[in-house]
This record gives sequence, C-alpha cells and structure tokens, in this order.
Amino acid sequence: MEKIYARTKGIRPDVVSGFCPGCMHSTVIKLIGEVLEEMNIIDKTVAVLGIGCCGLKMEYMSYDNITSPHGRACAVATGIKRSNPDSLVYTYQGDGDFASIGLAESVSAANRGENISVIFINNGIYGMTGGQLAPTTLLGMKASTAPKGRIAEEHGYPMHMCEILNQLTAPCYLERTSCNTPQNTLKTRKAIKKAFQNQLDGKGFSMVEVVTNCPTNWGLDPLKSLEFLNEKMLTEYPLGVIRDNG
Amino acid sequence: MKRVFMKGCEAIAEAAVRAGCRFFAGYPITPQNEIPEYFSRRLPEVGGVFIQGESEVASISMVYGAASAGTRSMTSSSSPGISLKSEGISYCAAARIPMVYANISRGGPGVGSIQPAQMDYMQATKASGNGGFKMMVLAPSTVQEAVDMTFAAFDYADRDRNPVLILCDGVIGTMMEPVVLPEMKSDEEVAAIKNSKKWAAIGHKVDYANRGWIQPGNWSTAIMQQGNEEAAVMYENWQKNDVQVEHYQVEDAELVMVAYGISARIAKTVVDKYRADGKKVGLIRPITVYPFPYKAIENLNYNQVKAILDVEMSIPAQMLEDVSLAVKGRCPIETCLCSGGNLMKKEQVMDAVAKLI
Ligand code: SF4
Repeated sequence: MEKIYARTKGIRPDVVSGFCPGCMHSTVIKLIGEVLEEMNIIDKTVAVLGIGCCGLKMEYMSYDNITSPHGRACAVATGIKRSNPDSLVYTYQGDGDFASIGLAESVSAANRGENISVIFINNGIYGMTGGQLAPTTLLGMKASTAPKGRIAEEHGYPMHMCEILNQLTAPCYLERTSCNTPQNTLKTRKAIKKAFQNQLDGKGFSMVEVVTNCPTNWGLDPLKSLEFLNEKMLTEYPLGVIRDNG
Repeated sequence: MKRVFMKGCEAIAEAAVRAGCRFFAGYPITPQNEIPEYFSRRLPEVGGVFIQGESEVASISMVYGAASAGTRSMTSSSSPGISLKSEGISYCAAARIPMVYANISRGGPGVGSIQPAQMDYMQATKASGNGGFKMMVLAPSTVQEAVDMTFAAFDYADRDRNPVLILCDGVIGTMMEPVVLPEMKSDEEVAAIKNSKKWAAIGHKVDYANRGWIQPGNWSTAIMQQGNEEAAVMYENWQKNDVQVEHYQVEDAELVMVAYGISARIAKTVVDKYRADGKKVGLIRPITVYPFPYKAIENLNYNQVKAILDVEMSIPAQMLEDVSLAVKGRCPIETCLCSGGNLMKKEQVMDAVAKLI
C-alpha cells in the first residue's frame, strides 16, 4: 500500500497531544511542522515558546526550542537571531503573552523590524490559567476574572494586534488567518510558509495571527466553539492580509 | 605590561569583549550608562551585537536568547534595574544558561539615589529572583579587579552553565584608575567556545534526544527536583573550591574589620593608619561575596580577636548576617554603616575602630 499521509518530522513520533480535544493549537503546530519539513529547514529552526498552552508545545516538537519568560518571546528571539543569524527563529505565543504582558517586547521587536517570524495564537482568553480576561476577549464575552463579561467602560476594547503593528513602518508582513475551515487552514499554512520564507530572505518582521478556539475555557464543545469562532471571533477579527511588503 | 587609564564601567565592558563577549543588551540607568555606551561602540568592531532593549526586562531576555544560542553574552544595570532583570536571571539559572551581568549599584530601596551604595547585598547573594537559585557573586574593590573579575566571570559562567554577577558599587563603576587589560581572545578562540556548547539552541539535525532544549522548568516535578539537586551540589562545590578572600594584617589583629568593594578599600586605609600607631587592626575582605568566605572569619583566633567591625554602605546592615553566621557569638560584632548614596568616610571608620580598641 502506498503511504500518502504521515506525521510530520517536525513533531516527535512518540507523543500524544496533550491539548484539549478540538483545540486548534494541535492544528497549528502540525502546520508549522509540515511547513518546516517542506522547506527542509527543520535542522536550522529554533522555536521560542510563550508561557501558557503555547508552552505545552515543547513536548511535541522534534527540533530546538526555548521557553521564554511570559511575554518576552520576541526579545528572546531577538537575542537568538541576532547572535546566530543562520537559525530560523520563530515565536509561538498566545494573546496574553503577545498582546498583554509582552506588549512592549512585541511592538518593539516589530518596530525594529527584527528578522523573526511570529505565530500569534488569538483565542480571546487565557487558556492554561483557566479562562481569565485577555486583551483580545470580545465585548460581552465572559471570563473567570470578568464574570459579567467584558465591559468596555471597565476593561477597554479587544485589541487588534495586526492593525496595531500595521501603524509601524518596519514590519514586513502581517496576516490574520484561522483554522475554522479546510480552506482557511490551508491559508494559514501558506501564511506560515511566507513568514518563514521572508525571514530566510532577510525581509524582517513577519507575523501570522491565527484566530483559534479554546473550547475548554469558552465552555463550549468543539463544534459549538467553531460556531462561536465563525460568528463572533471572526466578526471582531476579520481575516486577511493586513500588510505584505514581501 | 601596558597600563591604560580607564573608567570602571568602560573597563568592565572592554574586559568582557576581551573575554569573548559578543552580545550585550541593556537599558539606560545611572550610574552604569558607560557600559552600554561603550559596548555600542566596541561590539560592532569585533563582529558582536549591541542592542538597547526597550526595558531591562527585554534586555535580560535578549541575553537569555543570545546566551542560549551559545554566544558569550552580558547585560548590566543598577539596583532598581537589576530588580527588573530578576525574572530573566532566574530563567537563565533555571535553564542553566551561562551569562554575566554587572550591578553598578546605587542607593535604595525604590528608585533610591543615583549615588553609590552597597544596598543590594541580600538580593545579590540570597535571592536574585524566584526559586532559590544561587550565582557566584564577585565584588571588585578596584577597577583592576573589576577587569580581572569580568574576564574570569565568563569562564565561571561557562564552566557551571550558570549566571555570574559582578556586584560593583557605583564608586568602582564611575572612578578612573590605571589598569592592565587582559589579552584579547582571538576570533578562533571565541568561535571555539561557542561551538563547544553542544546544548545551544541554534538548530540541530532532527534528533529528539539531542535537540537543543532550553527549558527553565519542567512539567515533571521529579525532573525539576533532580535539576535543583544538581544545582545544590554545584553551590556546595563553590563553597569548597571557589571562595576568594583577602586577609589584610589579620594575623595578630585584635580588631578585625569585614568589608567588601569600595568599603574594603576605605577600611584598608584605616588599617594602615592604625598600624602606623602600632594598633592591631586587620581586615578580611570577601572577594567572592557568594560563596561567602565563612571559614576565613570562622577560623579567626577568638582568644586574640576582641571584636569584629562590619563596615558596609547599607542601612540596615546586610552582610552582617553572614558575618554573624561565621562568628557564632564568639566575640562582639559592631557595625559602621552609611546608606542612601552617602559614601563611607574614612573618619567614620576611624571613629568606629577607636571605640573598639
Ligand atoms: S485550555 Fe484552551 S487553548 Fe489551552 S489546550 Fe485547552 S482548549 Fe486549547
């Protein structure tokens, strides 16, 4: 029999995913592994992981990685890339990491046009710590620290990181994607590949914001979480290329 | 040997470059600005990287990244800035990443004062971040010593895969003195050091067991405990092998001062003054404040030593606790202190000694 599908070499052959059932983290890390394998660059890649569910990924990758202090992934990646320009360095960060505690590191790395790639997982909530309010939580969406839901007067508004970074001159490529449909999953794959290729070509800062789900902390089963993502998340966070100087 | 006249901060930066440091990230804070400024000029000349980070927190994280890629890396700051770096320092210690940092310390607590002080002793030697890790802490009392210690610090850091701290008060950092600089490591030597770090995260052939895996923690509590046990053994070995201490006129001393850094230098002048009058005054100067030279103080002849005088630029006294642990109540310990950015005066130490002899 012909083998037409195999686990990517970018993921350890001997592990079982510890992400919650239906969580798109699994999809995205599979896509990253596939892209690295396809581009034949696994052996020069270093993944810089944020804290939270993103950090779980360290168990699954077959290649070099480093866990950064919460929010500091872009600074850690800066240090690795600048001192070792031959490595392919990407960060994998959630919304709390990238857009709240790490906002200064994220914006500053983008503003310097650091030649790194950022995979930013936006699911509108803190996952591992149990569903607290994130900078990307939707208005009205409940969180364990916002029991009445996000209220604009109290918590401000959801932050749109692609659009915020688009105010800067230096970034090369900013795209928002999702993995809610096969088409969009393929688009995410393409976007990740582009972000990595930009880095190989020395074009500077690229970010792919992937709008994902968190069935566990949204309190929805995987299918319902998809509906919520389609109806609510993607209304707030429209998909598309925000900037492409590649 | 050629002597050059250099400011402490700049001499530290030059010594680091000569030791093979090729990455520096830092953030402005007085009184250590000459360190990043010097690196910003010097590192590009040797193919190194200088970055002014967006904060202390980012700078130490950049150093964590660069050092994880195998590059000899450094950061520096002054007291409140060091507090901000404690996050990244703890990560480096946890992930066993070698790096060197300097604290050109100033008055505290809080934003404190920009003048020199020795008020970060406890932070430096007991808890530089969460989790109970330790580092070798070297405390220079001359610019020459700051140079030699910085050069050596990179070797200690690589030997142990652990951060090393140069605890340098603002006086040594901002004072100019003649120094002999160490020989510059060649590009080949610097590259060889980097290449020897097989654990570095720079990309490896797909090989799960041997991938670069820089982890400042672990999901397995058993592995976490094992890591902490290994670190504890290393800390004990420092106490056995790496203590550095200067004994000055201690042999027949009836009053022994204990002081480090700039305070020790002032105390030494005081020893000389009293010795000229035939008074039996001596000085024990911890050169490594961690590991602390407990033995040197413990082994004094307490039939002869009538009192110990702890001299430090900190109120409340901090090193005093380590001194007390070594004296074990066998003679009285008095203090001679100043704080908040006030420099220790020779006359103040003279008076404090006079009361005890
Ligand atoms: S907590 Fe949420 S983000 Fe984390 S693995 Fe579970 S579903 Fe995914």
